Amino acid sequence: MSLTDLSMAEALTGLAAKKFSAAELAEAHIKAMGKAQALNAFITETSELALKQAKESDARRAKTSAGAMDGIPIAVKDLFCTKGVRTTAASHILDNFVPAYESTVTQKLFDAGCVMLGKTNLDEFAMGSSDITSHFGPVISPWSGADPAGAKRKLVPGGSSGGSAVAVAARLAIAATGTDTGGSIRQPASFTGIVGMKPTYGRCSRWGIVAFASSLDQAGPMTRTVGDAALMLRVISGFDEKDSTSVDQPVPDFTSAIGASIKGLKIGIPREYRMDGMPPEIEALWQKGAAMLREAGAEIIEISLPHTKYSLAVYYIIAPAEASSNLARYDGVRYGRRVAGGNLIEMYENTRGQGFGKEVQRRILIGTYALSAGYYDAYYLKAQKVRRCVRNDFNEAFKKCDAILTPTAPSTAFAIGEKQDDPIQMYLNDVFTVPVNLAGLPGISVPAGLGADGLPLGLQLIGRAFDEMTLFKAASALEKAAGFNHKPPFTG
Amino acid sequence: MSIDAKTVAKIAHLARLKIPAEEQPQLAGELNKILDWIAQLDEVDTAGFEPLASVNDAFLRGREDVVNDGGKPADILANAPTSRADFFAVPKVIE
Repeated sequence: MSLTDLSMAEALTGLAAKKFSAAELAEAHIKAMGKAQALNAFITETSELALKQAKESDARRAKTSAGAMDGIPIAVKDLFCTKGVRTTAASHILDNFVPAYESTVTQKLFDAGCVMLGKTNLDEFAMGSSDITSHFGPVISPWSGADPAGAKRKLVPGGSSGGSAVAVAARLAIAATGTDTGGSIRQPASFTGIVGMKPTYGRCSRWGIVAFASSLDQAGPMTRTVGDAALMLRVISGFDEKDSTSVDQPVPDFTSAIGASIKGLKIGIPREYRMDGMPPEIEALWQKGAAMLREAGAEIIEISLPHTKYSLAVYYIIAPAEASSNLARYDGVRYGRRVAGGNLIEMYENTRGQGFGKEVQRRILIGTYALSAGYYDAYYLKAQKVRRCVRNDFNEAFKKCDAILTPTAPSTAFAIGEKQDDPIQMYLNDVFTVPVNLAGLPGISVPAGLGADGLPLGLQLIGRAFDEMTLFKAASALEKAAGFNHKPPFTG
Repeated sequence: MSIDAKTVAKIAHLARLKIPAEEQPQLAGELNKILDWIAQLDEVDTAGFEPLASVNDAFLRGREDVVNDGGKPADILANAPTSRADFFAVPKVIE
């Protein structure tokens, strides 16, 4: 088996048994990255750093003091600040920004021995579901064909963590970090046939992650197996005094959930997720997933989440409102790009007018409008009240069940150029994932099958706050039953 | 509540975004479409529901009011487009 096909668990076993070195593992992945340039998965490649870290890992292991992920080559979404390595958020306004500090999540990964291959492409400021809004050009899914760059329909990887999803799916990295504000880990995981996990809000520190919508953003693992996600989540979780929303909760050994029995576990099926016009293959896969969990010993019950249909509208007020506030810091004064103007105000306006792309500007405008005098109550407060209704729905549901099963996305991957005329059509991609962020709950997408077009489809499991253990149990059972072992037609 | 080009110009100025005049009408159309779609929230009876600002209902954790970092002007200015001495530099603001 090729070194780039190994799961994280397999790679760690091989490293421990001295079957190969971390340097060899890093070199194999760097070679794969070289072959996969056309996918545009990385904004910045850090091969030299990776080789240096890999050699350090080998030296540690020789002294028998290896960390939990020692020697594992990973890709990092270019939204995590990395000390001395350019961090752009895929935006023109930050394309020359080199942080002087390390995000808590990447620090934890380095402390555990990870090797960083590079910084992955994303939608600008993580605002999108397709990766087509990056200043550095779109990411192309390896599912587009054996020659993805020459394919007639170049498929999107989903977004916003599309570069990370592609790096993992195309075997350019064993795992990657993502961030998820409305589905940005889970939807690209579904589109590319990998596992994507959004933890409970407060589980992972947001410190050093370029902020989009602070009450919704969470970092999480993107991997090829549920077990790898459990291992990686344990590494990146934990209380951090530098993030005021970080929650001081014990971090269990999530890997102990893998393969555990789900006998008697109650899985809820929310009737409101049966949307009008949902493709029959999505409905069929969902039912198949429920049958697999029942077969594994779970009890399937119907539940109701009555405010589901309002979640997207709530999200498209709250997220832009928080973004308009968070992105106020990009003013051409302290960091990032500056465009000159006749006076200070003109300098701000020119800098932001030229530095931000169209979708980011649209969201800043919506957010500014929703927060402006006279509209605050009608839009922002109203959205926050409906957000409480959405969360109350989940609270009620979790009195009856232990986890919830839904589709991850309403379709398989679409092609670059499709769904681009109408922002609302694009927003609908996140219809099943957004409610989870509004309620701050953990969610995981597990690859469960292929659509009629031969493209991957994921199923989502949603859990109680801080009960990732139950979620991993159910996800592991689903993974085992689904037996998804499809590889994209192109790999690095 | 409909947005016209003039409103776009006003919000853009509030947000310190330069939007060329010729782009404002189209943007007004796009924003109206999004706001019309968001208006579905009016169907929800939210009487008696408190706004939910954060899922962590507990108050934001504080910390000791002490200096625990600093003394690194070179790091802080490293990414500044322009700086003079130990300060960020901006266009003249006092005539």
